[in-house]
Formats: sequence, structure tokens, C-alpha cells
Amino acid sequence: MRFIIVSGPPSAGKTAVMVHTIKHLLKDGLKVVACKIDCLKTSDDEYYHTLGIPVAVGLSEYLCPDHFFAANLEEIYAWGINHEAEVLILETAGLCHRCAPAVQGCLSICVIDNLSGIDTPQKIGPMLSTADIVVISKGDIVSQAEREVFRQRVEMVNPDAAVLTVNGLNGQGSLKLKKIIMDSTPISEIEGKELRCSMPAAICSYCTGETMIGSKYQMGNVKKVSFGKV
Amino acid sequence: MINSISVVGGKDKNGIPEAVQCLEIMAGEILAVVGTTGSGKSMLIADIEQWADGETPSQRRILINQIPAGEFTEDRLLRGMAAEVSQNMNFVMDLTVKDFLYLHACSRNLEQPETLAEQVLIYANRLSGEPISSQDKLTVLSGGQSRALMVADVALISDAPVVLLDELENAGIDRLAALKGLALQNKIVVLVTHDPMLALLADRRVIMKNGGMFALHTTTGEEKRVLQKLEKNNRQISFLRDQLRQGLTINEEWSPTTLE
Repeated sequence: MRFIIVSGPPSAGKTAVMVHTIKHLLKDGLKVVACKIDCLKTSDDEYYHTLGIPVAVGLSEYLCPDHFFAANLEEIYAWGINHEAEVLILETAGLCHRCAPAVQGCLSICVIDNLSGIDTPQKIGPMLSTADIVVISKGDIVSQAEREVFRQRVEMVNPDAAVLTVNGLNGQGSLKLKKIIMDSTPISEIEGKELRCSMPAAICSYCTGETMIGSKYQMGNVKKVSFGKV
Repeated sequence: MINSISVVGGKDKNGIPEAVQCLEIMAGEILAVVGTTGSGKSMLIADIEQWADGETPSQRRILINQIPAGEFTEDRLLRGMAAEVSQNMNFVMDLTVKDFLYLHACSRNLEQPETLAEQVLIYANRLSGEPISSQDKLTVLSGGQSRALMVADVALISDAPVVLLDELENAGIDRLAALKGLALQNKIVVLVTHDPMLALLADRRVIMKNGGMFALHTTTGEEKRVLQKLEKNNRQISFLRDQLRQGLTINEEWSPTTLE
């Protein structure tokens, strides 16, 4: 089974890009399943359901979504195998910009859009820099010059990735993404594979439900802002 | 060196093969794309801009010098071969005009990016009614200023063998001056337009219908004579436009004869 991890900032067009790409996979008679990891609420499963494929949703709720994601990879893999899937699309959302969901051996796709601001490629850090494929969306609403400048910014952060442009509205470019997915190597298990970027430590009183403000309520791994010399 | 590009027909919105099965455009030619709104004009130039290889909704394939674009495996080779002025009237990037032009020149690995950025600004100011300052934020430029800057950028920074223009007539910039300024000698120019003058200025025009290339027409000698009349009318309308813009009034005795 090919285990494909899709990440990207909110509203970048992850689901739209993947729905078009999955349509191409289904046309080739492949068995595809999709799983969406989100924080509190998602409606993206409805879009995947319209394709008539098995869909699973995981909501991290009171947990850090990144840790929730990593802790469930094995179960998600098993779910895909139970459905005899040939391609599993795992879409993540809610990742803070410190984390990256990429796993060694799994094709990792980062979707980012042309409207997201010139500094976004630098800001989202490891999510972009550890991706194998960067998909840039919403190119139809900006000038060619802006597309070129934005693409260069992306390539500065991740010079090794293949950069594709996909139009999430009409699917232009999604056939190329499908070909890349089919050229990726299937995996036979996910246990023992490694995250490409470690996740941040998060063991403080707020992790366990504390809501009060002030140092006297804080315990554990607490880091304070340095304001420099005043 | 690009001597020609060919559009190998795909399918229209109903999945029916396009009536025009192959459209070859030679260097030095201006091709107009005409048709009602929604007929697929912008999609046609988007296919060329992306060097489509059967993967777009139209399933068209673009050949460069008779070789399918898909066979150029290193896609960096194809980058920069087509310059496009799309229908966009606004920028979204949060940068000053100067920084943006500089970064764009750098992204194309051009020499002396700072000088080039200055030249683009000078040229944009010739096309634009309102002056553009190098310290202006891109996002606050008016439609006309943005459009003028996009055209100037295509002329000087994205200088490419294939030029794609989507409704150049929008935004009130001088479209004929813009077209001339794009240094179109020996380039392949594809021009989407609703403007009869621009359509007749082209050597040929492809007529779009329901997402497909429906017919191909070579501009006749008679049409070129009509074009001359249109150009005369255009000078009259430009004259009136300038008068109104400057706050003058127009009476029934206005005479455009001095323009001829």
C-alpha cells in the first residue's frame, strides 16, 4: 500500500487538490481510501465521501493534533490494509507550524497556496522543508510574476522537492500528481519507520488542563519569552 | 529557440473532440482567440502556459518545435519560455513595487536586477495614467496601475519567446502601446480578446465554443481594410476620452479631423 501524507496550512486547498487526484487514481481502477486528521471539527470527509471511497476521520480534540497524528499512524495503516487499499491518502490539518508530519518511506506532499503571503514558505518550516512534493495552488488568481517569486521562495526552503502547480477548482495539474503517487514505493509496514522531524516537547501544566494564567500555576517544561535588554 | 508551438486538440466541455485538431503557431505570428465568455479562451492559454501534455481537463497537448512538451523532462527548461498577462487586475503579494520587481528579476537569474527593476517602473509609468512609485505597496495599486506594471514586467523581465495576453483591453491602459511595447518581433503571440481591433490586428484567429477550438480563420484583406477604419475610430474615441479625463466638455461641433 502506498501511504501518502498530505499537509499544508488551513484553506490551502489540500482536499480540493487531493479529490481531483483521487479521481484520476479511481479512473485507473485503483482502490483508494482517505483519512483526515483534524483538531475539533472537519467537513472535509464529506468531499471524500462524494468519491464513494472509504473515509475515516480522527479528531484530536483535547490533545495536541501533531502528537495525536503520530500516535495513530499504525492504526491508520491497519485500517487501510483492512480495506485492501492500494493507495491511502492521509490528510492532516491543525499542525502548528513547528511540526511536520512527514515519515521516512512515505510520500509526503505539502500543499501551499499563492495567496498565503511571501514569508509563509519560511514560516511553515519543516512541514515544507521535509516534503517530497510541494503543490502550489490558487495560481489562477495571481499574476505570473507573483507565481514565479512565490515558487522561488518555496524552492529556497526546499530545494530538493518537486514543485507542482495544481488548480484545485478544475484539477489542472492533478494528473501529474497522480503519476508521482503511482511512481512512489509502496510500504509493507509503518511500525519502525521514523518521523523526518521530531515533534516539540509539550509537558507543562497546560497540557494537563490548567487554565489559570500566571507562573505560580505553571509546572514542567515552561519556556519564557526573552525581551532582551530594556 | 522556439520556431513554432502547436496545440493538439483535445475535447470540449461535452467530451466531443475539438473541431480544430491541430493549431500550429509560428514565430512572428499574432494569433487572436475569440469567443463568448465561458467558451474556453482563458483555458486555451492556460494550457499553453502550463505546457499541457494531456493532463489538463481539455486533454490538449502542446508541442514545441513539433516535440511534445511532456518530453522536456527537466521542467526548468520550459520555465520562462512563456510570459503571460492574465486577466488579474490586482496583486496580492505584500511587497513594495521595487522589492517585488527586484525579486522577480532574481527569480529568473537575470543580470543587474536593480537596473532592470528601475526600467520596468519607467516603462509601467509610460503605460499607466496614474504614476506608480517604487515605494508603493503592490496591493494598493489601482487596476490600471497593476495592469501597466504586469505588462511592463512581461516586456522586460519575463521576456519570453511565447507571449500570452488575456484581455489586454481591460483596465484602461493604452492597449496598442502596450502591444507594441511587448517587443513582439519574432515572438509567438496569443491574444485573447473581445476587442475587434485587436482581433483584426492578428494574422489569424481561432474561434472558441463550448470549451473547444471551433474554427480557425485567416484575417482577410477586406478585414484589414476594416481595421484601418477601426483604428481611425479609435483615435477619435481616444481623443474624446482624453478630453473628458482632463475635465473638458464636448460639444456637437467637436472635430477629430486634426487627428487624421
